[in-house]
Amino acid sequence: MKLPTNVLNIDLARRQYRVEDRADLFQYYIGGTGVAINLLRENCPKGADPLGPDNPIIFAVGPLVGLYPLASKTVAMFKSPLTGNLGESHAGGRSAVSIRLAGYGAIMIRGASESPLYLSIKDTGVEFKDASGIWGIVSSVTTGRVVRELETGAGTRTIMRIGGAGENLVRYAMVTTETYRHFGRLGLGAVFGSKKLKAIAICGEMGLEVESRKEYRKAYDDIYHRAVESPLMRKYHDIGTSANIMPLNLLKGLPTRNLTSVSSPDAINISGEHLAEEYLGRRVSCAHCPVACIHIAGLREPYENEPYFYKTTMIAYDYELLYSLGSMLGVFDEKGLLRLIDSVELWGLDAMSTGVVLAWATEAMEKGLITEAETLGLNLKWGDSDTYSKAVEQIVKQRNEFYANIARGVEYASKIYGGEDFALAFGGNEMPGYHTGPVTHVGFLTGARHSHLDAAGYSIDQAALKDKLPDPKEAAARLLKEEVWRQILSSLVVCFFARNIYDRDTILKTLETAGHKVAPERFDRLGLEILREKNQFKLEHGFNPNALRIPKRILEIDSPHGKVQESYLKEAVEEFYRLLASE
Amino acid sequence: MARLVVMDADRCVGCQLCMFACNRRFGEGGLEKAALKVKSTGGFERGFVVVVCRACPDPPCLKVCPVDALDYRKGGGVILNVNKCIGCGRCVDACPVNAVFWDKNANKPDICVHCGYCVSYCPYDVLAMKEVEPFEVAN
Repeated sequence: MKLPTNVLNIDLARRQYRVEDRADLFQYYIGGTGVAINLLRENCPKGADPLGPDNPIIFAVGPLVGLYPLASKTVAMFKSPLTGNLGESHAGGRSAVSIRLAGYGAIMIRGASESPLYLSIKDTGVEFKDASGIWGIVSSVTTGRVVRELETGAGTRTIMRIGGAGENLVRYAMVTTETYRHFGRLGLGAVFGSKKLKAIAICGEMGLEVESRKEYRKAYDDIYHRAVESPLMRKYHDIGTSANIMPLNLLKGLPTRNLTSVSSPDAINISGEHLAEEYLGRRVSCAHCPVACIHIAGLREPYENEPYFYKTTMIAYDYELLYSLGSMLGVFDEKGLLRLIDSVELWGLDAMSTGVVLAWATEAMEKGLITEAETLGLNLKWGDSDTYSKAVEQIVKQRNEFYANIARGVEYASKIYGGEDFALAFGGNEMPGYHTGPVTHVGFLTGARHSHLDAAGYSIDQAALKDKLPDPKEAAARLLKEEVWRQILSSLVVCFFARNIYDRDTILKTLETAGHKVAPERFDRLGLEILREKNQFKLEHGFNPNALRIPKRILEIDSPHGKVQESYLKEAVEEFYRLLASE
Repeated sequence: MARLVVMDADRCVGCQLCMFACNRRFGEGGLEKAALKVKSTGGFERGFVVVVCRACPDPPCLKVCPVDALDYRKGGGVILNVNKCIGCGRCVDACPVNAVFWDKNANKPDICVHCGYCVSYCPYDVLAMKEVEPFEVAN
């Protein structure tokens, strides 16, 4: 067997599993997103409670995993407890390679366990292991350390786990894998928590046959050389995604203090360049990726009251964290920011949602919508990273109604306390770090996941600074085209950072060597079909594109293209959905 | 004769391209036949261990093989005669640095032959092929 077509179907309630060959799905939809959305539609009933046993968790990989570099992503799909609609989140680490080399194309987890457990998955099958002694370990890092000692397979395994946020069902809790990679967005951690699933260890190291050994090696070398010689890959390696802080600050597109501003003279402190010079302690890579874009700061701090006694904490940073927990909260003191990032990482929260929620709460406090009675005595102030760290703990613990409410996201909280105009969420998902112009916001509104990675509207805005802004119809068409193409990449599970290396011809060639011959005509239609499937799921689960809320704040603050016009956004959104239905 | 050496494990980013390269010598994907391993030193925050055959001049794996399937390699290390091997796994247990791996499918050990194929796929100069003088203890 050459293609990964096995679906490992796990029932947590009955503690049973079976393996099904779904060659039908994999042959048609390739893998990743394309397969996952179909498994989700088959298995997630309309009206399913995202935190109920009916909500399945699906992990899917693709035919290039384990064969070619830069194809090491896992797509997770589920119904999101944050938005109540399509949940899709991607992570790398060793997850995809381990899943495929354990013999699976996808893993589906259904039902809920009555008592805490973790799963141990190998090519020989699944073990359901008691986790009652691990449940309640609030740090995702400690959880990882414990499971690491319990399981074999060091070097060729992934350990997915949740921290306190997932156990306590924070709607934007994440799942961490290999300490520094995350299924971050849309609350997969809470779905784990609702199933009493603390962790999943997957180990695999099998071999993979190819169609032609000679052609395989040739195609491999071509991709490898292009990857290590590409300037784009160099950028991700040298400074990493945090290289975006300074250009966005200069353009005045860096959301600052809940987007009351778009730049700060202090941005240099949290820039990738500064962090690399002063703190960068290590770079690491996902399995089978030469780039090593994961940047880890070493923060050396003294213990109080004891001379010459230090600890060094290794903290991963990326652009989106520096934005959401940094500029968005006015935290420009890099040590405080790194500590805040560390606390969000340990508790197991999505950094973007957490930062945007706290930014809204800070402004709500300034405006008197909430007081210290709600925050249990915490005076949230821009730049006060220590108080923000305490608030993060309160969000996880939810000791009062206010924290329970903000643990459901900014959309929900602002409906209760007011301040919707500055509650920066799109489709219920908190905003990523780009106020580059109208196109990025159209992308947040129309993207299937309401994420910046759906169609990268920010890059259209930025390119348009040298040229002219596309009109709303053209913007919609370009966003749709990009999102359609990204369905292909995420079905192969190629990293979006490698999108310039995996062009159409390269993909068709590599698929052929993997034993997956796709007719070019069908290949060209596939992205749109997958995106339509996702949209169909969303409509069936109550999504209404005409009811998308546009936060007023984005219209009030100048972007690099001046004021964003509401009419532009509305026209582009309408056009996007018209094209999606008709093309 | 040159052999595979780890120049600086602190430069390792854990990408495992060396392991995939090793496996690709046989024209296949995956990791079944990889004869070296990169694993974390106990979590990614602490960096990586690169486990490779250290080409012992007096190899313990060879000494425990009950069917003489392992022979001395010039310059250190061993060469496996697959036809003689009965898949008992004693070589795996004998290696003090855990550098003998196992091909479950073939039921045979994966042992580094010091060919250097992996070196050309290490983008960070962690691995190299080098002549290594055997270390001698004075007196």
